[in-house]
Amino acid sequence: MSGFEQGGQTASIASVTEKVRSARLGGPVTSVHFLGDRAAFVGAEENVFFADGEGEVTTVATHGGGILCAVADGSRLVTGGDDGRLVALDAKGQVSELAKDARGRWIDNVALHGDGALAWSVGKVAYVRSGKGEDKFFEVPSTVGGLAFAPKGMRLAIAHYGGVTLWFPNMAANAEFLEWAGSHLGVAFSPDNKFLVTAMHEPALHGWRLADHKHMRMTGYPGRVKSMSWSAGGKALATSGAESVIMWPFASKDGPMGKQPAMLAPLQARATVVACHPKQDVLAVGYEDGTVLMVRMEDGAEILVRRNGTPPVAALAWNAKGTLLAFADETGEGGLLTL
Amino acid sequence: MAFEGFVSMSQSTSEKIPVTVLTGYLGAGKTTLLNRILSENHGKKYAVIVNEFGEIGIDNDLIIGADEEVFEMNNGCVCCTVRGDLVRILDGLMRRKGKFDAIIVETTGLADPAPVAQTFFVDEDVQKNARLDAVVTVADAKWLSDRLKDAPEAKNQIAFADVIVLNKTDLVSKGELTEVEARIRGINPYARLHRTERCKVALADVLDRGAFDLERILDIEPDFLEAGDDHDHDHDHHHHHDHDHHHHGHGLKHYHDEDMQSLSLKTDKPLDPNKFMPWLQNLVQLEGQKILRSKGILAFENDDDRYVFQGVHMMLEGDHQRKWKEGEPRQSRLVFIGRELPEQEIRDGFERCIVS
Repeated sequence: MSGFEQGGQTASIASVTEKVRSARLGGPVTSVHFLGDRAAFVGAEENVFFADGEGEVTTVATHGGGILCAVADGSRLVTGGDDGRLVALDAKGQVSELAKDARGRWIDNVALHGDGALAWSVGKVAYVRSGKGEDKFFEVPSTVGGLAFAPKGMRLAIAHYGGVTLWFPNMAANAEFLEWAGSHLGVAFSPDNKFLVTAMHEPALHGWRLADHKHMRMTGYPGRVKSMSWSAGGKALATSGAESVIMWPFASKDGPMGKQPAMLAPLQARATVVACHPKQDVLAVGYEDGTVLMVRMEDGAEILVRRNGTPPVAALAWNAKGTLLAFADETGEGGLLTL
Repeated sequence: MAFEGFVSMSQSTSEKIPVTVLTGYLGAGKTTLLNRILSENHGKKYAVIVNEFGEIGIDNDLIIGADEEVFEMNNGCVCCTVRGDLVRILDGLMRRKGKFDAIIVETTGLADPAPVAQTFFVDEDVQKNARLDAVVTVADAKWLSDRLKDAPEAKNQIAFADVIVLNKTDLVSKGELTEVEARIRGINPYARLHRTERCKVALADVLDRGAFDLERILDIEPDFLEAGDDHDHDHDHHHHHDHDHHHHGHGLKHYHDEDMQSLSLKTDKPLDPNKFMPWLQNLVQLEGQKILRSKGILAFENDDDRYVFQGVHMMLEGDHQRKWKEGEPRQSRLVFIGRELPEQEIRDGFERCIVS
C-alpha cells in the first residue's frame, strides 16, 4: 500500500496567459478532445462545440439530452447520452449515430480501441463492436462504472462494484475477474499493458499487476479521483483529486508498490483535471478555482496558462502532436494555447 | 469549530436540488402519490428516479429507471451502505441542471431507505449538487398493522420516515385507523402523519420539508404533541380517548413495538462537549446498526451557540446552528429511533455527559 500526505507551497511562476485565445462556448462543458487539430468541447447536454482560430465557435447538435460519456481517438469523437444514443462526430462536424438503446436507457460509458473497435455500456451490459462492425455483449453483476481497451489484443476491462472484469470478446474462454471490494468507477491500462488501475468511489485508486494480479492500493486523496492521465511512455500516472497533481511511478516492474508518489504543482485548490503531454515530460492541470498550469515533471517548474478566480476547470486536452492545449471551465469559458 | 467525524452537508442548501425519497410497502400507493405530485398544477418540473421494473403508468418527461444497487462502503462497516446507482444517476442528471426543479426517488416496496439517505452523507458530488429533503413513507391503513408483524422492510420504512402518508383510510373503520396510527406512533412518534384517501395530500406536506436540513432541526418534539399544526387537515389525534394501561397523557393509545422504538433524552443542564462528542460517536460506532435515525439540539457548557446534529446509522452530521436566543431555555434534546435500542445504556451514557 502506498499513501501520501499533502504539503503545500507556491513558487514564483512564469505565465503564458496572454497567448491564450479564449473561446466562449455555447454552454457548460465536461471534456475536450482533439480531432486532428480541431478542439471539440463536449457540452454537458445536447451539443459539441468546435473552437477554432481566434475563438470562433461552431456548435454541432449531437444528443437530445445530457451527454454522459465521451472518448476520442484523434479522428472521431464518440459520445453516449441519456437519450440512449451513441454518436460519432468527425473533424468536419459530420454526426453519425452508431447505436441506439431500444429502451432509451442511458449510455454511461464508452471506450475506443486503436484498431477501430468500440465499446459502450448500458447499465450492467457492456457492448463491443469490432472494427468489422460485429457486435457482442457481456453482462457484469452490477452497473458498469468504466470501460477501457487493453493497448494490445482484444481485451476489454469492465469496472464495476467489487472489481474489474477482463473480457476477451473474441475468445470463448471465460472472462477474468480482478476482485477488490468497493465501487470502481474509472479504469485504465498502463500503456505497456502491465498494469490496470481503477478510480474508486472512495477517494483512492486501486491497481493490479496483470502478470500476477498483485494488488496496489493508492490512497491519501482528499477527494475522488476523476481524472487520470499516463505520462509519455507510461512511466507515471498523473491524477486529480488532491491539492496538487499526484503522480504515481509506474516505470519499474513493481509499479507504485511501496513507493511515494510525486506531488507537483501544489495549490490551495483541488486539481480537477490532468492531461499529460503526449511526447514530453510535461503535464497540464486544471483546478477547482479555475487555474490552469503547465508543469515540468522533472523539477515541478510551473507555467501559468489561466488565472484563478473562475469556476472549476472541467476540460483539458493536448492534440496528438502536443502543439496545442485546449481547456474550459464548467460554465463553458474555454481557451486554446498554441505552443 | 467542527468536530472530527462529522460531515457537514448543509452549506448553501438553497442552490441545491431537493431530493424527496418516496418509500412504502408494496401496494401502499407510492405510484398514486407520485402521480399526484406530478400532475398537480405547481409549475415545477421533477426528475423522477424509479425502479427499472416499476415505471409503468408514470406520466413525466424525465423518468430514469434505476436498479437499486446497494453498495457497502469500503470501511468494514456493514451498515455503511450507499445507493451506487443514485451516485451515477445524480451525476448524470446534473448535466441537465435547469431542466428540473426537484428530484423524486421512488424506491421499491422492499427497499431500506437508509442507503439512499447515507448516499447524501457519503458522496461529495451528491452533497455538492443535491440535498436530501425528506423520506416520505406511504402506508396502507388496512394492511400496515399486518405488515408490521411480518415484513421488517415495512417497519424500517415507518421508522425511517419524516412524513408518513397513511393511505386508504376509507377502507378501514375508525377503530382500525386509531389502532394502526397508534402502532405507527409506537415506532416513530416524530414523523408528520397525514391520513389520506387515494394519497390526497397537500404537496406542501410532502415536498420541501427540509427534514435533513440542520437549520430546520426544530421539530424533534413528537408530532402528536404539537398543538398548532400549520396546515389544516385531518389531524384529529386528540380525539381518541381509549387510554390503555400505559399512562401516556396525550389521548393516543400507546403501543410498544417489540423491536423498533424511539428514545428521547432531555436535560436542562449543559453538556460537556469533550464527553458528549466521544460518547455519541462511540455510541453510533457500536450501535449504529440498530440506530436508524438520530437527531439532537445541544447546549454545551461555555458555548453560546446551539449545536445541532443528525445521523443515519453510523453517519453523523453536525454543526453550530445559531446563538441561543435571549430567554430561550438552553435545553438539550436528543432523539433516537432504532431497533432493540439499549435504552438504559444510552440514558446512563448521556447522564455522564452532563456537567455536574
